[in-house]
Amino acid sequence: MAEREQIKKTATARTETQTEEAAPASTEKGDKLKAELDELLDEIDEVLDENAEEFVRAYVQKGGQ
Amino acid sequence: MAIVKVLGLETEYGIIIRGSADPNPIAASSALINAYVAELARRVAWDFEDESPGRDARGFAREGSMPPEVETHLVNAVLTNGARYYVDHAHPEYSTPECANAMDAVRFDKAGERILARSVIAAGRFLPPGHSMVVLKNNSDGKGNSYGTHENYLMDRSVPFSRIVQRVIPHFVSRQVFTGAGKVGSEASSTLGMDVTFQLTQRADFFEEEVGLETTLKRPIVNTRDEPHCDAQKYRRLHVIVGDANLSEISSFLKVGTTALVLSMIEDDWFARAGRGDFTLADPVIAMRRVSYDLSLTRPLELADGRRMTALEMQWEHLDLARKYAEDRGLDSVGGEEIGRDILHRWEHALGALESDPMSLATTLDWVAKYRVINGYRERHGLSWRDPKLAAMDLQYHDVRPEKSLYERLGIERLLTEESVLAAMTEPPTTTRAYFRGKCLERWGSQVAAANWDSLVFDLGTDPLRRVPMMEPLRGTAAHVDALLRDCHSPAELLARLGT
Repeated sequence: MAEREQIKKTATARTETQTEEAAPASTEKGDKLKAELDELLDEIDEVLDENAEEFVRAYVQKGGQ
Repeated sequence: MAIVKVLGLETEYGIIIRGSADPNPIAASSALINAYVAELARRVAWDFEDESPGRDARGFAREGSMPPEVETHLVNAVLTNGARYYVDHAHPEYSTPECANAMDAVRFDKAGERILARSVIAAGRFLPPGHSMVVLKNNSDGKGNSYGTHENYLMDRSVPFSRIVQRVIPHFVSRQVFTGAGKVGSEASSTLGMDVTFQLTQRADFFEEEVGLETTLKRPIVNTRDEPHCDAQKYRRLHVIVGDANLSEISSFLKVGTTALVLSMIEDDWFARAGRGDFTLADPVIAMRRVSYDLSLTRPLELADGRRMTALEMQWEHLDLARKYAEDRGLDSVGGEEIGRDILHRWEHALGALESDPMSLATTLDWVAKYRVINGYRERHGLSWRDPKLAAMDLQYHDVRPEKSLYERLGIERLLTEESVLAAMTEPPTTTRAYFRGKCLERWGSQVAAANWDSLVFDLGTDPLRRVPMMEPLRGTAAHVDALLRDCHSPAELLARLGT
């Protein structure tokens, strides 16, 4: 996720909890998130629409505010 | 002192009938709502326990099904929860009842999703075999057509509109970092020279003016519609059209909670008093897109006074001012201490996490959740961002059918119990005039000739129609009228007691 690596800290006044939360995620935590995402992607394959292309093409919504 | 920010959300849902050669969205929207209303009239139990979440709506189509004799005239239903459910343009639209705080607004908006899901099942019974109805709570078809999610906030009429415009635009532009529902690609004619594969919001592509009356063309960041639906001498209803439809309760809560707080601060002229509250943008229309296109959340925006500030920095400034405001003026205008503190706390948490590790909000905010799953899928299968599978996932995130919704699969944190959401499908909020509307409809629905936001009209069969005005959004609450309603056994008695 290239976007994540681009994040730079900005220097604005914060409360203390913010400083703690600003600590970078540990590798261990990163691995756990990756495993969770993998599991999620396995599950999601089952619910994804089979005719994705047809649905995307047909989905036209005119006349909205 | 700032007045209580009575608020509500209106959502136009996307709708399509799959399998139909000629999908007429107006007829489909009418059929959808009529099917729901007809089901209510038959008093069918609508316990979700009865449903099988894994079942496709098509599964409910009867063998040799009944001819589609559903009424397709334009519908305008008012529900016993005080909400309005109707066909607007070519979309089914659900407007929450008036709520007295952000948490109730999220609850009644979520109840709307359940009502739409229930409607899809009800309408499915009338569809020919091979057809199915898909309803999405999003704001764009991915082809340049948008439909809105509007927020409404009660404001003091005496506040100069120019002050509202000046002070609220920076918030509308910068709040996108947590309000966005995420979108694959861009539909704008110009993407400001950026390659937009995924952006924070559904709506930013569609804003072309700073201020104006339009809602369908040349959409303005601040909409000037002046239709208060209450005492126009005292109040204004700020009609906000820049927001996304949220599925995440936390995104939704932050959207309306922070905005209610910022509007209170504007009413009390807090930005001017603080002396450092001028965040006027050099070009707000461009800034809307710049913020939405910047997944790194680090690109600065230009201010009119020459300063540069990122959307996150601008939000930190707003939070800081809001905290001081809360200390000095209290939080009554946003629903009291408990809810007000919750808004401030969640606001701070979201900004801190967005700054340090946005992906840590993958089970908190809509755009992060959507980005994580779609980008993960893209990487796993080596797809281009233009692959229609990813566009389909984007749409499917918003499907109101729980068994189809991608949002429902992502384990996103909730603020509300499902029980309280299901109750809100039929029970009105207790702390606004919606209570009186909802309870009268529940008890004497057949004798209510018309229900509007600011009045109820009774047809007693003999007299001329009798109108009960409801010009004060905070009157007609459970505390005001419960005893009265309990004592009355007919609308005639109620009208006599009210002296109308």
